Amino acid sequence: MINLIPLPVLLPLLGAGLTLAMGRRARAQRYVSTATLGVTVVIAAMLAWHTDQYGPQNIWLGSWPEPVGIVMVADRLSSLMLLVSTVVALVVLLFSMGQDQDERRRETPLSIYHPTFLILSAGVSNAFLTGDLFNLFVGFEMLLFASYVLLTLGGTSDRVRAGTTYVVVNLLSSLLFLMAIAVAYAATGTVNIALLAIRVAELPDTVQTIIQLLLLTVFGIKAAVFPLSAWLPDSYPTAPAPVTAVFAGLLTKVGVYAIIRTQTVIFPDSSFSEPLMVLSLLTMLVGILGAVAQSEIKRMLSFTLVSHIGYMLFGVSLATVSGLAGAIFYTAHHITIQTTLFLVTGLIERRGGSTSLNELGGLAAMSPVLGVLFFVPAMNLAGIPPFSGFIGKLGLLQAGVEAGTVLAYALVAASIITSLLTLFAMAKVWNRAFWRGVPDQVAGRPGASARARGRRMPKGMVVTAATLVAIGISLSVVAGPLYGFTTRAASDTYAGHYVQAVLPEGIE
Amino acid sequence: MVVNLTLVLISSVLIAAGVYLLLERSLTRILVGVLLMSNGVNVLYLVAAGPAGRAPLIGLFEADEMSDALPMAMVLTAIVITLASTAFMLTMAYRSFQLHGHDEVQDDVEDAQIRRLAEADEASESFDESGDGTPDEDPGDDPAEVVGE
Repeated sequence: MINLIPLPVLLPLLGAGLTLAMGRRARAQRYVSTATLGVTVVIAAMLAWHTDQYGPQNIWLGSWPEPVGIVMVADRLSSLMLLVSTVVALVVLLFSMGQDQDERRRETPLSIYHPTFLILSAGVSNAFLTGDLFNLFVGFEMLLFASYVLLTLGGTSDRVRAGTTYVVVNLLSSLLFLMAIAVAYAATGTVNIALLAIRVAELPDTVQTIIQLLLLTVFGIKAAVFPLSAWLPDSYPTAPAPVTAVFAGLLTKVGVYAIIRTQTVIFPDSSFSEPLMVLSLLTMLVGILGAVAQSEIKRMLSFTLVSHIGYMLFGVSLATVSGLAGAIFYTAHHITIQTTLFLVTGLIERRGGSTSLNELGGLAAMSPVLGVLFFVPAMNLAGIPPFSGFIGKLGLLQAGVEAGTVLAYALVAASIITSLLTLFAMAKVWNRAFWRGVPDQVAGRPGASARARGRRMPKGMVVTAATLVAIGISLSVVAGPLYGFTTRAASDTYAGHYVQAVLPEGIE
Repeated sequence: MVVNLTLVLISSVLIAAGVYLLLERSLTRILVGVLLMSNGVNVLYLVAAGPAGRAPLIGLFEADEMSDALPMAMVLTAIVITLASTAFMLTMAYRSFQLHGHDEVQDDVEDAQIRRLAEADEASESFDESGDGTPDEDPGDDPAEVVGE
């Protein structure tokens, strides 16, 4: 079973090579990438089941003596993240195949789209599975480079502009990450996360704080935590719908995962709980206030994405098992729901010819199916019972009340406000785009967006979007067992099972 | 561990110069900044590797005489990645030059629009002027303080 662990990284890389080689045969490319991600999903599910039964699994690569080589670790947390992310990636891939031939040529040039998408998936899997700080950096670089290419697909004016900010910000964060690794290595002589956990604890407090701050800044940029989040709403909305969807679902969550991993394993008794709480509070409020001000659906969703990162950080900052369990559950829920909403926005853009609330209208009459597809995940995001968003938020609120400090109560209040304002933002889209009539200036205008109105939605896209909506609903159906799983994952991390699994003899 | 002061100084000067260039608007200058910074960070790895020793070849030298090979392996990876990012940024600068005649990083159009609306104290077109169905936007905690401006 442990030999399966590297496969979620290797298979997509192999698939990327194959699809790149068959650049001119679109059909073959589609079969290869679907098959690759399909098999990866199965492997991820097996890993999740296996780690839940038998505890964390690890494999040392390249047959180096044990603490020297690179280790890959699958524990409950990483295998759950892996499973959710590969399922979402597979559905998004199927969605992008549903586009019309002409649109596919314009939006997603086939010959590079599939290989890049698979490399992105390999990078995400690598970041989730690695047990080595430098290999985590490599995983980040893999997914970032793929994302640079996907974000600037076609090289149009808008995308190059948006891509510039994105690339520069991420290059800077990569350099900071390298710096953090250099500092950590100079101080401890290792980059193995488990070994770091043992050695960092012996360092002087100031050195510990420096390493922790550097890592938090790096992952804060990747996860779009408030003062470092400005790049996200600027760069995401211009990319093609499937690309934005997969970015929104996966990339920031890899940052959140890295924060969880490093905070709980390397710095378990950190004194950073309160600053993190303040940051998560600001992330939630500033993000959602930004969302309320937007009149463009994709930008609004990008801002809600930032604000909901605050929920995950909330759970992490409490530094309790129940808080972390809530955060992990919320991450799994949010990956699915945010991706769904961006995919549905892609459909809205096709059907209504725009994503600006000033130009949309009358979609409810035009396409009731689209209404249902938008309404369900939107309510899920806002946290209306019985959806998984409600359960995740409830778990976090309970953890906050348990913690019982003033700041924790402030966070509880802020997350309720954020939830209400999310509902407000979603209701704004719902009222404007779906229920009011077609705006006059659009109905009478022979402009490009008026011509684009009323294009049919290909069945493939609707079916895949509906599948993702159904997966989102099924998260609520299996919420009980899933919450049990995330609670076990959280207690695993705090009980130090990660370090014990990687270094059973506790090398000094 | 003995730290080589020269290396630390070189690294800090390179990183400082890189940060300065990174604050420029032109993409090619930013690129030079990124290059300087990444070289500065690479020098940091030489610091992290400790004092230089003999070549790390098993059988030729004693283990405690050898240089630390692991940071070198990491730097090598980092250099390869910098190469790729340089290529990508050059392409982007060129594409930007093709499209706009310059390679300056531009502001967000949509954001500027919303800022103009805010300055003119106007609601966006999607604001419901009739007032019905507009929920009371008082979130309680006064988050306006948080947002500043």
